[in-house]
Amino acid sequence: MKLQQNTMIALYSALEFAADPERQISAAEIAAKYRVSPHHLAKVLRRLGRSGLLHAARGVGGGYRFAGNPKRITLMDVIELFEEVGARPAGRGARREEERALEQILAEIDETAKATFRSITLDTMIKLLARRRS
Amino acid sequence: MIHLKKIRAAKPADLPQVIEIDALITGLRKPAYWAGILRRYGGRRPRHFFLVAETEEAVQGYIVGEVRDWEFGSPPCGWVFGIGVRPHARLGAVATRMLEEICERFRRAGVDKVRTLLARDNALVLAFFRSQGMMAAPFIALERDL
Ligand SMILES: CC(C)(COP(=O)(O)OP(=O)(O)OC[C@H]1O[C@@H](n2cnc3c(N)ncnc32)[C@H](O)[C@@H]1OP(=O)(O)O)[C@@H](O)C(=O)NCCC(=O)NCCS
Repeated sequence: MKLQQNTMIALYSALEFAADPERQISAAEIAAKYRVSPHHLAKVLRRLGRSGLLHAARGVGGGYRFAGNPKRITLMDVIELFEEVGARPAGRGARREEERALEQILAEIDETAKATFRSITLDTMIKLLARRRS
Repeated sequence: MIHLKKIRAAKPADLPQVIEIDALITGLRKPAYWAGILRRYGGRRPRHFFLVAETEEAVQGYIVGEVRDWEFGSPPCGWVFGIGVRPHARLGAVATRMLEEICERFRRAGVDKVRTLLARDNALVLAFFRSQGMMAAPFIALERDL
């Protein structure tokens, strides 16, 4: 299972903000921590902002603050802002049984992936991180 | 946080409340099913657990599980196969405390792993077990039409 780079950056950012919802964090800070281009990150944060997950902070330094409930926002909520898990090229009309059979197996895998992403909240990820660190 | 008086083994007198909580969750009353669960899991059996969480006023939740041996080659482990909390008592850590209690009883029964199996679309209960640190087990559930 692989997620696109933008999605991964969005997940790291969401976790960074959710871990300390009061804190205002600048794009530059997150960009440096995860070694991604500030320009790229700014785009991702704007998307998270438009979706209501982040508040753009006013005043000096700019940046954002977390705006959601970490116990209710799941990994899937963040992921689906950036990509569709298991999206496949549209079918070409009538197809062979072989193609459909394989498609069915791939769909099984996708359903498991989606259920996993839907069952893990940002808060659960933060707890998982704390356990890994201790 | 809800102030619980006790988490203890279920007794016959608890059944009407357990049946009611289950019916609030699933929309189905299953007295015969719960009488069977009480018979097989109630009381002080060392490896079968049917526990209820009670406040001064009422039973607020139940949890059912057992220690299972060597299924498909897997060493004995604790299984949780039913959990429910009264809707108005939710988010007060009742389920967290019941899971802790049954895990403690599993440990005392000599196992060091707890498992459960859930419908993929049961996002609420999946989120609960995930929040308790449970991760995907190295098993795949399979089925087919008969
Ligand atoms: C799942 C259930 C048992 C949780 O009971 P509860 O007593 O409310 O759970 P807790 O208060 O101990 O919650 C512990 C954690 O679970 C997670 N959780 C609980 N409810 C949640 C919800 N609605 N959304 C997301 N996460 C939730 C949270 O991470 C919570 O952590 P927090 O207390 O730090 O917020 C309860 O909601 C329930 O009975 N649901 C229906 C059960 C059911 O469908 N049973 C049939 C299949 S077995």
